[in-house]
Amino acid sequence: MAVDMRLPSVRKQVTDSLLSATTGKHLVVPGDVITSDTGFMRGHGTYMDEEKLTASVAGEVERVNKLICVRPLKTRFNGEVGDVVVGRITEVQQKRWKVETNSRLDSVLLLSSVNLPGGELRRRSAEDELTMRHYLQEGDLISAEVQSVFSDGALSLHTRSLKYGKLGQGVLVQVSPSLVKRQKTHFHNLTCGASIILGNNGYVWLYPTPGQQDEEAGGYYTSMEPVSLSDREVISRLRNCLLALAAHKVLLYDTSVLYCYESSLSHQIKDILKPEVMEEIVMETRQRLMDQEG
Amino acid sequence: MATVQVSEAEKVYIMHGVRDDLRVDGRGCEDYRHMEIETDVVSNTDGSAKVTLGHTVVLVGIKAEIGKPKPMVTDEGYLEFFVDCSANATPEFEGRGGEELGTELSNTLYKVFNNRNSIDLRGLCISPGEHCWVLYVDVLLLQCDGNLFDAISVAIKAALFNTRIPKVHISEDEEGGKEIELSDDPYDCMRLNVENVPCIVTLCKVGHRHVVDATLLEKACSVASLLISVTQRGTVTCVRKVGGGSLDPESIFEMTETGKRVGKALHAPLMEVLQKEESLEKKRQKVGFLG
Repeated sequence: MAVDMRLPSVRKQVTDSLLSATTGKHLVVPGDVITSDTGFMRGHGTYMDEEKLTASVAGEVERVNKLICVRPLKTRFNGEVGDVVVGRITEVQQKRWKVETNSRLDSVLLLSSVNLPGGELRRRSAEDELTMRHYLQEGDLISAEVQSVFSDGALSLHTRSLKYGKLGQGVLVQVSPSLVKRQKTHFHNLTCGASIILGNNGYVWLYPTPGQQDEEAGGYYTSMEPVSLSDREVISRLRNCLLALAAHKVLLYDTSVLYCYESSLSHQIKDILKPEVMEEIVMETRQRLMDQEG
Repeated sequence: MATVQVSEAEKVYIMHGVRDDLRVDGRGCEDYRHMEIETDVVSNTDGSAKVTLGHTVVLVGIKAEIGKPKPMVTDEGYLEFFVDCSANATPEFEGRGGEELGTELSNTLYKVFNNRNSIDLRGLCISPGEHCWVLYVDVLLLQCDGNLFDAISVAIKAALFNTRIPKVHISEDEEGGKEIELSDDPYDCMRLNVENVPCIVTLCKVGHRHVVDATLLEKACSVASLLISVTQRGTVTCVRKVGGGSLDPESIFEMTETGKRVGKALHAPLMEVLQKEESLEKKRQKVGFLG
């Protein structure tokens, strides 16, 4: 039994000049004038206010030739073809599933773009349509890839690879999509003993590293065997580390997560989320990341 | 109530975790999340408090007004509760969506707090049968992440501790008419004795065990929960079962015992924080909502 009660602490003020001096980034909040030069084009996250280009979201200014955009820090997911996403089934419809992927509109997963048990070249029969809920039902989590983007921004997903499919036992952590670093691979077997899927949409899935995979099931078989306590400890620690990193706006990728995990080892798992512990381990992680970059 | 969707495999993972006494966020079954308490956050109330428990945020404001005592008990003041479920907490509360939950919460709070064993209601009486203080307790849910009852009860206790009621003098003129005079000095006020004000502990039955301070995810895996209000001395003042599932007598007994132990331990750190905050007085840096 433990209760930790305290007075709230005032967040430390980081002066704007110091921040942009160290990172070299142009950071803005809504209403900030980016430029009063009329020679620029208005991109996402900006608007014209009395002939001045003004930010409409809080984030970093990006310039491509004459086009000025603001990339927001906190946002919904703007999918691109090839992005790895983790999502939750919200609806089963005619020949398709609706998937919640943290985008502005629900994504669709067509029955024709999933791998059904029984091999690659199987015809989808009417029977398959009737047993769709048998494969994926409301509330189930999946990992998938963005196949195409519709004109209204909604995403079409596919799971036509054995690495995608239904997710089994594990923990979902939700962070802002802008905190997930784009990388060659978003599936990692971390050396600390658990696996991680860093979805581009800000949904991160932590799960025990699987043994050998059963190819026949086509990714739709989930084990309900209890996860061992040691695996659980690692996953819980990773979960709290991810939240700590996200709270301090550190980019998430395999190295940062692993460094944070290692610096948290001196603390108990449940203590990681206390503000002072969180600050300490994130500081340590940042330092190590900087040392590594040189 | 704000609900979340959970897949079967996630449920299994959470339930096995509770069985092993290691929850998803690393806590044991009887651990609370990190809690932050601040009082005197709303200037136009007589007492207020804001409590943050994980991602659950509640704000409580107390206003004292002079009213007529209830006809059944003429020598006591009383408390009125109103719970506002802000649509900020979850879009489900938009429009009239939060009304049902709000009524349920305020009815429970009324049962737990509005009795002479919890608060000295006699002290709120000004002149028997004619005038008494009515404390309007307004609860605002700003964010929901499970365990609303515990957070609200802690916030109410903190706000009651923070409440200052102006002193009044009754003067009688020759014809026997009474007149109430409010003291001009804003510091001339009385405070409430919060010694016997209980805190609510919610125990959720997950699998074969029970957990305190359940998150929304854990709540989704539990069939039924038990509310237990416990005072500083460990006296149980109210027990209520919520949720659709059933509990067998044996587990109710176990849960009451846990609730008693946990509830009793909740008061000491709470009073410590409140005393500490008060001793800081002017030196205290107010954090409020933007800090």
